[in-house]
Amino acid sequence: MIELDTVPPFFADKQELVDEILGRYPEVGKRSAVMPLLWEVQNTERHVSEARIVEIAEILGIHPTEVKGVMSFYSEYHGEPVGTYHLQVCSTLSCSLVGSDQLYDYLVEKLGIVNGETDAEGRFSIQKVECLGSCGTGPVLQVNDIYYERVTRSRCDQLLEALKRDEVPEAWRERGGDNVGAEKAEIVDGAAGLGAAGNADTGEGEG
Amino acid sequence: MSDVADAPEAARPITSRRDPRYEVVMYRHVGVDGAWKLDYYRSHGGYEAATKALTQMSPSEVIDEVKASKLRGRGGAGFPTGVKWSFMPPVDGRQRLLVVNADESEPGSFKDRYIMEDDPHQLIEGMIIGCYAIQATKAMIYIRGEYAKGYERLMGAIREARQAGILGKNVLGTDVEVDITVHRGAGAYICGEETALMNSLEGLRGNPRLKPPFPAQAGVYGLPTTINNVTTMTSVVHIITRGAHWFSSMGTDDSKGTKLYQISGPVERPGVYELPMGASFRELIYDLAGGPKGGEAKGFFPGGSSTPPLPWTDEYLDMPMDYGSLAKAGSMLGTGGVIVIPKEKDIVDAMYNVVRFYAHESCGKCTPCREGIATWLPKMYQKLLAGLGTREDLDLMEDMVRNSRGTAFCPLADACAMPVQASFKWFRDEYEYIVDHGKPMYTKNDWWDA
Repeated sequence: MIELDTVPPFFADKQELVDEILGRYPEVGKRSAVMPLLWEVQNTERHVSEARIVEIAEILGIHPTEVKGVMSFYSEYHGEPVGTYHLQVCSTLSCSLVGSDQLYDYLVEKLGIVNGETDAEGRFSIQKVECLGSCGTGPVLQVNDIYYERVTRSRCDQLLEALKRDEVPEAWRERGGDNVGAEKAEIVDGAAGLGAAGNADTGEGEG
Repeated sequence: MSDVADAPEAARPITSRRDPRYEVVMYRHVGVDGAWKLDYYRSHGGYEAATKALTQMSPSEVIDEVKASKLRGRGGAGFPTGVKWSFMPPVDGRQRLLVVNADESEPGSFKDRYIMEDDPHQLIEGMIIGCYAIQATKAMIYIRGEYAKGYERLMGAIREARQAGILGKNVLGTDVEVDITVHRGAGAYICGEETALMNSLEGLRGNPRLKPPFPAQAGVYGLPTTINNVTTMTSVVHIITRGAHWFSSMGTDDSKGTKLYQISGPVERPGVYELPMGASFRELIYDLAGGPKGGEAKGFFPGGSSTPPLPWTDEYLDMPMDYGSLAKAGSMLGTGGVIVIPKEKDIVDAMYNVVRFYAHESCGKCTPCREGIATWLPKMYQKLLAGLGTREDLDLMEDMVRNSRGTAFCPLADACAMPVQASFKWFRDEYEYIVDHGKPMYTKNDWWDA
C-alpha cells in the first residue's frame, strides 16, 4: 500500500474527463464507467496499478475488489507493466493457417522473450492472443493498438527495426474481397467479373 | 430505387452474384478513402433512409417493413429481426435501449470491422432507424476492445452526426431523439453472447445471465432492450431505401436478402464478399476467393469456428449458403465466416487450435464448460499430439463433448463441442492415425509465406 501514498492520483486533474465518461451512461448505470476508466489509465500508463484500481473504485463508489474483478476478466487489461511495444500475436485458426505460429516463434527467436514476458529494457513484450478479427489478412500482429496485417518475415524484420528506433509505422491495412472500394464492387455484373472482384491489395497507409 | 423492385412477383429469386440484377450495397463504400466522413456519406445518398423512415413512416410501419423483408439477424443465430423488435413491451415511460453487438469475436468473422472503420455512418443510420422502430432514445454500441481504429472512427462519426443534427434531441429536424454511446470491450469472446454483453456493459464481469427474462423484458440496467448485430442494422438501411420486396427478392425460402460472407485460411483472395443469400460455397470459395492456395483442401468451417466443419465434396461445396441448407447438413450458417482447411493441415492439430480458443474464452461459470471444455479437452488433444493417445481416449473425447452439449448457461460449450463432434465424424481416420502411429498423418508445420 506504500504506492498509494507516493503516486500522485491519476484522475485528480481530470474531473472534466471523468464527468464526460460518467455522462455517457444513464444515472442508473454509473458502474458502466468502470471499463472506460480502466482504459483511460491503461492508455496513459500501459497498465493499471493497485493505486489506480482504488481510485476508480472511489469514483464509482464500489469496492476496489469489484474493479479488480472486472479488470481480471478481460485479457487486454494489464495489472503489471508491459513493454513500450506490446506485441500481440493472433494465434487462432485462420491466422495459424497462414503462419502465425511461425511468426510467434520468429519473434521469440528475435527478441529472446516468450509469451507473457517483457525484455530487460522494457521495450518489447509478447502476448499470444485469440482472434483479432483480421482473419482475411493474417497473420496479424497488433502492437499496442495498431494492427499490422499480412506480416511476412521481411515485413516483420522491418517492423522490429523501426520499433527499435522508436519509429511506429502507420497501420498496415490490407485490402481484399469487397473491401477495396466502390469501383471494384461494381465490376460484378456477370460471370466475367467474378474472378476480378477481389484482387486488389493495396495495403495503403491510413488517411 | 432499384428496378429490381419492379420485377414481377413470380420472378426467379436472385441467388448468385452472377445475376445481373444483383448489386453490392453494404460494402459499396468500404475501402474508399474518406468514406467514413459525413460529407462523403451524405453525397452518396446517406441518411435518406433515416429521413424516409422518420418522416414518412410510423414506428410500426418500419417494423412491418423489416418483417416483410424477412431479414434474419446477422450475428449468427438468425432470429427474424422484425419479430425481435416487436417483442419490445409497450411504451411505459421507462428508458428503452437499442444495443448493437459489435463484439465480433467469432474466429473467421471480420465483416463488421470494416464497416465500422470505413463506413461508420451506415451503422449510425441503421441505428437511428432501429431506435425509431422500437421507440428508444438511447443506443449503445458494444465494440470489442481490439477494434481501436473502429472505435476511433465511430466516435468521430458520432461527433460529426451530433454537430449536423443527425443525432441528438431532434434527429434530422424531426422531434425524434436518439443518442449513441460507444462502449469499448477489453478482450473477451464471451461478451459477444448477448447476456454476457449486457453484464459487461453494466460494468460487471462478462458472465452470461439466465434467460428468461429476455432483453426486451429486462435487458441492460433491467430496461427494455433490443440487441442487434452490426450488419443487421446496416441491412435495415437498404431495406428502408429500396423496400422489403427488393430484399426478399434475393435468397432462398428461409433466408432472404444480401449478406456479408467472409473467407479466410489459405485461399488466393481471402476477404469479405457480399453475396445474395443462397449463393453456393463454391461461388464464394472458387469464383470470388480464387480457391485454395496450392489447390487442395479437405474441409471448411461454414460460418465461423463454432459451426461444425464440412468435408470438401461437391455435395457441400454446391450447397446454398443459407440457414436451412446448413441446418439440414448438420451444421450452421453462423456468421458466414468460411475457414478453409487445407489438406496438409492435420485435423487433430487444427481442432486443438479451435479447442484451445474456447478453453481460453470459457468464463468459468458452468462446470461442464469449465472442467470439460476448458480443462480436460485441451489436455486430451495435447496427449494425442504428443503421440501418447489411445483408441479409448478417442471414445472418451467423443463422450465428453457429447455430454457437454446443452448443459451450460450459454452456448460456448456447444460452440466447441459441435465442431469437435463433426471433426470426428468426417476425419476420424486422422485421429486414429495419430493414435496408431504416434505422429500426425500430416506433418507440415510451416504455414508462413516468406
